[in-house]
Formats: sequence, structure tokens, C-alpha cells
Amino acid sequence: MEMEAAQAMGNAIGAGIACIGMGAAGIGVGSIFGNYLSAAVRNPAAADGQFGRLIFGFAVTEALGIFSLLIALLLLFANG
Amino acid sequence: MADATDPIHQFEISEIVPIEIGGVNLSFTNSALFMVATVVVGSGFLIWATMRRRLVPTRMQSSAEMLYEFVANTLRDAAGSEGMKFFSLVFTLFLFILLANLFGMFPYFFTVTSHLIVTAALSFLVIGIVVFYGFWRNGFGFLKLFVPSGVPVFILPFVVFIEVLSFISRPISLSIRLFANILAGHITLKVFAGFVITLGGLGAAGIAGAILPLIMTVALTALEVLVAVLQAYVFAILTSLYLNDAIHPGH
Repeated sequence: MEMEAAQAMGNAIGAGIACIGMGAAGIGVGSIFGNYLSAAVRNPAAADGQFGRLIFGFAVTEALGIFSLLIALLLLFANG
Repeated sequence: MADATDPIHQFEISEIVPIEIGGVNLSFTNSALFMVATVVVGSGFLIWATMRRRLVPTRMQSSAEMLYEFVANTLRDAAGSEGMKFFSLVFTLFLFILLANLFGMFPYFFTVTSHLIVTAALSFLVIGIVVFYGFWRNGFGFLKLFVPSGVPVFILPFVVFIEVLSFISRPISLSIRLFANILAGHITLKVFAGFVITLGGLGAAGIAGAILPLIMTVALTALEVLVAVLQAYVFAILTSLYLNDAIHPGH
């Protein structure tokens, strides 16, 4: 198989494997919100005060999943 | 995927006024145009809203005051009262990134923050200020940031190495977080919009089926507006936390 086709195949397979990283980030995001909900049900008065930290933690965790998506997009669209 | 529904073409930079000085391309591009628009709208809003400083504020003035208080509280919580001297920087970053992201949500407008060079410039500016101010204020005591307290001596070199690595990853993650969120959102929007077009070209049954990607596109647009605001807030709060590290190094 020549280099062009082999590289295209490698890029496609790598992009597929990068989606595992996004699945793992999904587990992390669910964990953050699940912990917040279970604590908020126990102590509803204190829940609103921590909302800012919840959103911050969500954004930082989702960033890692987006890094993985970036690798996949680079592999598919950027010839490298 | 190089047809009319290509999702990458929307990020292409086009020159509006070609300018070349001494072999360097300094053209006024569409990216520069939208950066100018962001600055004009942001400063115009703030100037107009606070032109008559009424004691009982109007809606405009009240919204500007709420924006000011939101960023001021975020910075004060993260960096303390000494961190408030950086309020202009954090507020400008927040407003610029917020408006740049929101402008990208309109059709045919160019998204400034969808290019890594723009977000990397903002992020390296922040980290540069953190390092420079940290050394200026604390001298070599700034390096206490990398030595957490209460660590047994024999694994200290290993922990210091890891702390330095995690500090070096800060500008990278700060820039890539904003860039990749906005880029991924816009590509996804374009791909689903492309599905609407492709299905719509298949006749009557296709047009009926094209409702589904259309609904998905509307939902994704709402999600993207949320992401735009959220990423601006996360950039501002991370800036505040890193400035706190410069002002009060050491855990």
C-alpha cells in the first residue's frame, strides 16, 4: 500500500481511538455533577453557594475531552 | 469532505485591505475587523451605559454594574483584595472573549477566538504577567510555588519536577481550552447544517427528514451560546487563580 493511503488509514484509525478519550471525559463530567447533586439533596441551602465552583469544575474537566476532540480533528483535517 | 458543506472553510482568513510593509504581511483581515468590532461594541456599551451616573440606575447602567460586580467578585474571591489591582486586565479579558465568542454565533460572522494564535496570545499574556509579577513582587520566593508544604524530603525533587511541569502546562491548557471549545462547536454546527442541506436535496421525503438535523442545529446553537459565555467565565476565573499564585506563592 503506498504512503498516501497508509497515512490516510492511520489518520482515520487514530481519530477513532481519540474518541475513547472523549468517553473518559464524559465519565468525569458525570462524576462532578453527580457528586454535586447528591450533596445538594442533602444540604439544599448550601447548594447555590457552590454553583460557581460547579461550573468551573465542569469546564476544566470538559476541556480535557475537547483536547481529545482536537487531536481527532487534527488527524482528520490537517494532514498530520 | 471538500464540497459546499465543508466545515473547515468557515475559519479561513481573508484579507479585506491588503497592506504589506517591508515584506511583512500586515493586512487588515476579517479577523482584525471582528476584533475591532468587539472592542467598539464592548467599550461603546460600557461608555453609553455609564454616561449619566444616576444613583438609582436605569436598566442599561444596571446591567453594566452587574457585569462589573460579577467580575469583581470573581477576582476578589480568587485573589484577595491585593489581586484587585489586576481588575482592569481580568475585566478586559472577560469582556473581549465574551463578545468575540458571542459575535461568532451570528451567521456569516467570523469567530476571532477560533484561531489558536489569538487564544495563545491572550494566554501567554496572562502567564507572562503572572511570572513577571511573581518574580517582581516575591523575588526568588516565587519559586516556593513549586514546593508544596508537608512533603517528605526524599520525594521532594520528584514533586517539584511534577509541579514545574504542571505550571508549564498552564498556558497551553488555557489557550487550547478556549480555542478547541469554540472550534469544535462551530465545526459541529456546520456539519449538522450540512446534513439539513444534504437531506433537503433528496426530494419530498428528504425535506421531511431534514427537520431532525434542523432541530439538532437549533439545540446546538443554544449549547454554543452557553459554551461561549462559560468559556469566557472560565478564562477569567483561571486568570484570577493564576494571579493569586503570583501574589501569594506557596501552598
